[in-house]
Amino acid sequence: MQDFAGAFGLAFGLIASGDPDLFEIVGLSMRVSLTALLLSCLIGFPIGALLVVRKFFGRGIVIALVNSMMGFPPVVIGLLVYLALSRAGPLGWLGLLYSPTAMIIAQTLLIAPIVAALSRQVLEALQAEYDEQFRSLGVSRGSAMLALIIDGRYGLVTVALAGFGRAVAEVGAVIIVGGNIEHLTRVMTTAIALETSKGDLGMALALGIILMSIAVSVNLGASALRAVAERQAYA
Amino acid sequence: MPDAAPIVSPGKSDKGPPTPRDRLLPGALRLDGLTLQVAGKTLVDIEKLLLEPRSVTVVMGPNGAGKSLFLRLVHGLIPPTSGWVSWGEVACGEATRSTQAMVFQKPVLLRRSVAANIDFVLRHRAGTRAERRSRCEELLARVGLAGQAEQPARLLSGGEQQRLALARALATRPKVLLLDEPTASLDPASVQMIEQIVLAASAEETKVIFVTHDVGQARRLADDVAFLHHGQLIEHRPAAEFFTSPASEAANAYLAGRIVL
Repeated sequence: MQDFAGAFGLAFGLIASGDPDLFEIVGLSMRVSLTALLLSCLIGFPIGALLVVRKFFGRGIVIALVNSMMGFPPVVIGLLVYLALSRAGPLGWLGLLYSPTAMIIAQTLLIAPIVAALSRQVLEALQAEYDEQFRSLGVSRGSAMLALIIDGRYGLVTVALAGFGRAVAEVGAVIIVGGNIEHLTRVMTTAIALETSKGDLGMALALGIILMSIAVSVNLGASALRAVAERQAYA
Repeated sequence: MPDAAPIVSPGKSDKGPPTPRDRLLPGALRLDGLTLQVAGKTLVDIEKLLLEPRSVTVVMGPNGAGKSLFLRLVHGLIPPTSGWVSWGEVACGEATRSTQAMVFQKPVLLRRSVAANIDFVLRHRAGTRAERRSRCEELLARVGLAGQAEQPARLLSGGEQQRLALARALATRPKVLLLDEPTASLDPASVQMIEQIVLAASAEETKVIFVTHDVGQARRLADDVAFLHHGQLIEHRPAAEFFTSPASEAANAYLAGRIVL
């Protein structure tokens, strides 16, 4: 067993030297999670806005459903995507299993409900303020949804960052549908799990440090944005 | 339409005596048996009311008299429990609302620039970008915000925010302008500016319904006054008559500054 300080030394060495394997893994992680985030925002923001603007029958049940999907276990989502994409599954003919695309699909299914549920909460407060004025102006439902998303932009960025944090740190779903294949589907979390079990703590720790720094800088960025928004009274 | 409409005061803005045809204009309000009940409590109960299409009608009454609810009912923002509201020949609804504009006591401004708040309303209408721009400039100049087009709307002072809300309300050239205590707790300069803009709009044939607490303001603006109390219309008369000799005890007490229970 390597000693603790030695592991840290190795980790910083890998980061400082710009180890190609390390940065390939980081790059794939970012690509998969950012793509999943983009898709989730495209799906989740309009759903959140729709749930706020339309008071349809059964809306309460839909909201409860979306909220409960926030807590969906990633491994179960991984399993479901695996079943759908496996050779015998309904989407098996696409041949996507064990590819970055499969990982993007799994992460999108994981965080789109989070983005939808949180953006509904953010936009609900805005809607309470705008609703009467919009109805007085005769703003159509579509325009109202768009206006809510635009005016709620700072709150929605925080929502997106929460989704990103969840996606990039998630291991269960991507390891099932991606398979942790070196140079193909190995991302930070799956690599950390593997290297730790192999005993290569240097690599694991290097990835862990990068993952943590990403999480911290994402949150700092969110706070900075919030400060800008508040200064302009747009928050 | 029944045509036996009793004629209401011509008002001080002197737009000529009302004619029977006036009842067909989009600013002519007619209420019949209007009630609003919430949780078994009757909040508004107005047997009958006719408003002239071009006058400035000031709605007065103590807190909780149902003035704001009245405004929302005639604008069609809340459905009545029973009764009938129509503007000119058209029943109150989306069609009439689109020819009206409402200014709320607390201005609701978008989290955008001053100009973008106006453009939000103009965009739904026809017109090129250049036309919208010049209309926007004209409106902002009219409410004294010409130099502040690019400022975040929510950083304006209370008075400036309400003037912007008024400019936005006027952007669509409404036939009816509804104002719910728009100058409550504003600086005097903004109050004066808002009153002048409202009177100017009225001079351009816009029907104005102005809810206020302020007796002095009511005297400055009103052609006719509707006095509400406990959700009921106590009296509706020409302003001159109302202020010199109110018929009801409640209005008398209110004008004298006594607490009206």
